[in-house]
Amino acid sequence: MTSPYPMLSILGILTVALTTAAGLIWLERRLLALWQDRYGPNRVGPFGLLQVVADGVKIFMKEDWIPPFADKSVFILAPAIIVLTVLMSFAVLPVAPGIIISDLNIGLLFVLAMSSLGVYSVVLAGWSSNNKYSLLGGLRAAAQMLSYEVFMGIALMGIVLLAGSFSLTAIVEAQRKIWFVIPQFLGFVLFVIAGLAETRRTPFDIPEAESELVAGYHSEYSGMKFGMFFVGEYLGLTLISALITVLFFGGWLGPVLPPVLWFLLKTFFFISFFILVRASLPRPRFDQLMSWGWKVMLPLALVNLVVTGAVVLAWS
Amino acid sequence: MLSILKGIWYVFLHTFQKRVTVQYPDEKPYLAPRYRGRIILARDPDGGERCVACNLCAVACPVSCIALQATEDEHGRRYPEFFRINFSRCIFCGFCEEACPTYAIQLTPDFEMAEFHRQNLVYEKEDLLINGPGKYPGYNFWHIAGVQIGGKDKGQAAHEAAPVDVHSLLP
Repeated sequence: MTSPYPMLSILGILTVALTTAAGLIWLERRLLALWQDRYGPNRVGPFGLLQVVADGVKIFMKEDWIPPFADKSVFILAPAIIVLTVLMSFAVLPVAPGIIISDLNIGLLFVLAMSSLGVYSVVLAGWSSNNKYSLLGGLRAAAQMLSYEVFMGIALMGIVLLAGSFSLTAIVEAQRKIWFVIPQFLGFVLFVIAGLAETRRTPFDIPEAESELVAGYHSEYSGMKFGMFFVGEYLGLTLISALITVLFFGGWLGPVLPPVLWFLLKTFFFISFFILVRASLPRPRFDQLMSWGWKVMLPLALVNLVVTGAVVLAWS
Repeated sequence: MLSILKGIWYVFLHTFQKRVTVQYPDEKPYLAPRYRGRIILARDPDGGERCVACNLCAVACPVSCIALQATEDEHGRRYPEFFRINFSRCIFCGFCEEACPTYAIQLTPDFEMAEFHRQNLVYEKEDLLINGPGKYPGYNFWHIAGVQIGGKDKGQAAHEAAPVDVHSLLP
């Protein structure tokens, strides 16, 4: 099932994804403020919505500084990679029947591959900055994302077993009877935690831990290159929320409302949830994070896979 | 694990709580009458300057932001020739107000003093003087000071008794 108007789909998804990523800056600041009993940006335009425009203008006006000690070409390339890889993942994301750029039959694997490639951005940024704090941030990011990638993939295999396909459209269609969050609750919890770690958001923002590493891998960045990392982060947040919607909460499926609206509603619910998590949880120590990943999450994901496999086998 | 979920839930409950922010330029915060803000120089109820240029405020000032020059008028009363407060240095501690023997220097509930040029933060005497007695309406230092001035000796002014002769035992 491909889109009847491919160019329209591409433009639509690209525009909506990028607008959402920019708008999330406003949404996150407003929501964090709400949960801290403040107002947040509310002075520029209605509800402060034009704050995004003001921030955008400001960040483009900033001096685009490349430190003389940095590895110039890699330094410039790194922020582009993160945005590129995340945007690539949106290509296989089914928003609604007919609104999808490319319905790959290995869509889920493609998403996992792209989020793995995203690690390069962070590692190269940290390395090319030639700054010990940046390098430490890059190293932490690499270790964190690689170890959380492993059980993220395994946690999703339960869904693939139930749906019988790697195609995201087929996975949504398989949830017509029951959303996968119920039979795959453990997988859902594991995926949410792994998703948080993949997007490097608080509580798992150890690669950019302000209190320890200045700003981690993007310490040396300024202007729009710095902005690109944030666009990438917010795109990643949108992607993970959209993936949770597609994989566990039936994507566009829902009564009364049009499918696109259902998809957006569910996605924004999870985006808000991730922001709530950021508002409430402190960041763990790095060794705690690693031992959690390998000693708790990975075995749990394996158990989940084995049990799901056994149940599916017994059922058929 | 449960404590993490509990924490998230408690933060979520803040959705329904009142926000503590005071939307400042639109709604002004309440400032107590004794708020330590912009410094003024008060006048007597009959309109004369209270300041007697004793320099105590300048001495008390921990950041040395007060500068003044004493002089005398035709009746022999002291008053400041110039009185200068550099508000870019002032820390609004209120020590000058405490030190002042004549209630002349007072701090007021006003903090909106922002300027674009630092030089504009240096207030001269005409910027500091107000047309009223400030926080102490009935007080007139010269009426109770017992200081002689040109034309009147001690004890000859209104509401004054003659000074006691300490060398005599007679009542």
